[in-house]
Amino acid sequence: MTSLAGPLQLLLLHPADNVLISVQNLCAGTKVEVEGLCYQMVEPIPVGYKVARFDLSVGTKIMRYGVPIGSLFHPVKAGGLVHLHNLQSDYLASHTRQSVIQQNPYRSNSGE
Amino acid sequence: MSESRPVLQGYMRDDGRKGIRNVVVVAYLVECAHHVSRRIVNHFDDLDIHLIGFPGCYPNQYASDMMRAVCTHPNVGAVLLVSLGCESMDRDALRDAVAASGRPVELLVIQECGGTRTTTDRGIALVVQLRAQLACQQSVPMALNELVVGTICGGSDGTSGITANPAVGRCFDKLVAQDVACIFEETGELVGCEEIMAARAVNPTLGSLIQACVAKAERYYRIMGFGSFAPGNADGGLTTLEEKSMGAYSKSGSSIISGLIKPGDIPPRGGLYLLDVVPDGEPRFGFPNIVDNAEIVEMIACGCHLTLFTTGRGSVVGSAISPVIKVCANPETYQRLAEDMDINAGRILTGEASLDVVGDEIYRTVLAVAGGQRSVSEALGHQEFILTYKSFEPIGPACLPLKNI
Repeated sequence: MTSLAGPLQLLLLHPADNVLISVQNLCAGTKVEVEGLCYQMVEPIPVGYKVARFDLSVGTKIMRYGVPIGSLFHPVKAGGLVHLHNLQSDYLASHTRQSVIQQNPYRSNSGE
Repeated sequence: MSESRPVLQGYMRDDGRKGIRNVVVVAYLVECAHHVSRRIVNHFDDLDIHLIGFPGCYPNQYASDMMRAVCTHPNVGAVLLVSLGCESMDRDALRDAVAASGRPVELLVIQECGGTRTTTDRGIALVVQLRAQLACQQSVPMALNELVVGTICGGSDGTSGITANPAVGRCFDKLVAQDVACIFEETGELVGCEEIMAARAVNPTLGSLIQACVAKAERYYRIMGFGSFAPGNADGGLTTLEEKSMGAYSKSGSSIISGLIKPGDIPPRGGLYLLDVVPDGEPRFGFPNIVDNAEIVEMIACGCHLTLFTTGRGSVVGSAISPVIKVCANPETYQRLAEDMDINAGRILTGEASLDVVGDEIYRTVLAVAGGQRSVSEALGHQEFILTYKSFEPIGPACLPLKNI
């Protein structure tokens, strides 16, 4: 698997952040060192995705660019993916193609 | 106000503004006149003959105001209006407004002309005449600070806020420093940024108005049931609306915010302006902007000569009237869609270029496209245009605190 040295793989955007941003696609098992801490990817991390910088508990505000971008509703270990499965907005809920269909009020009347 | 050297050539209009293009627009005034208008435009296959219009038959002040604003945009040299005949849009008032702006204007009413084929043939003949009139027009020197530049993001992903958006912000800082009017927008995609944005306002009153404007957007989207967050945003690594917002916000750069405007308001002088695109009052006509091009049209109505469009997932759109410059945030997207992109900001992620280098490249592309070079989407013939129903209250005097300085 990828070694610790080489081109930048995870980016710390702001010192106050508790997530790192992948700048290239990382395979499961990839080891990355950032600011003296080592992380091993437990799943593939596509470019632009977020990885926990520390072990983070439920309710933690996720910080990116030095500002809060939502709160955790599931805990995540350092190096784990932070995305829709554990992070939610403090403003308006996000939606996926599937949840758009589930929330469609007309669907319940049309049977399966 | 600082003096700006005339580095460009523009087309002088009676209201003192100058255009970087001299296009003929063919405008349908209701969907029923769309087909005839499209036939007229398609006959020419000319990059400077554009199709625009409004589909609705019911009256709407906003739509009338937008049509007047875009038909008298400095990039527009002449106008052909195509009406079915029974729609609500006040075709005579629109024709009179365009004529009063000093532009050649023609009006065809299909019900009076004799039908589809006859109106199409007459329209083609009129566009030939209008184009000939524009061909005689001489360009004049145009200073950089006579430009109005807008920015939008579409198809954002986890890279947008790291590469393309802050690079556009660098370009905006450079333009604002030279007294160019720059516009950023989509208050529904600035939810979460209201406090830091308010702190950049030129005075506290404007700061409060900006906060209220974002609160209005959040309420509106909450009633609609969805925030401005598409499934593709999540596919690209973005998780929440406020995360997307922070990335989008960086397009505005770091200049002081000089004013808060609404669609159709033209910035009174150079500086950075926030465009409020969310309707006022109770939600009535659906989502504030159903798609990116609705916002581009609103920036054009505010006088934008060109638009900087950042994309992570990869949008291919351009626009009628004002050229769109595409800045691609994601290096993988750029590999797939290079033929649609003007600038590869993904080089920032791969370590091939810095934010400043890409920001400078965007700035030079703005100058080149303003100077007549076709942007990529423009050369491909992208001329998207969409206008829907909305309602706005006028802005108050506190929204433009520097207007009379």
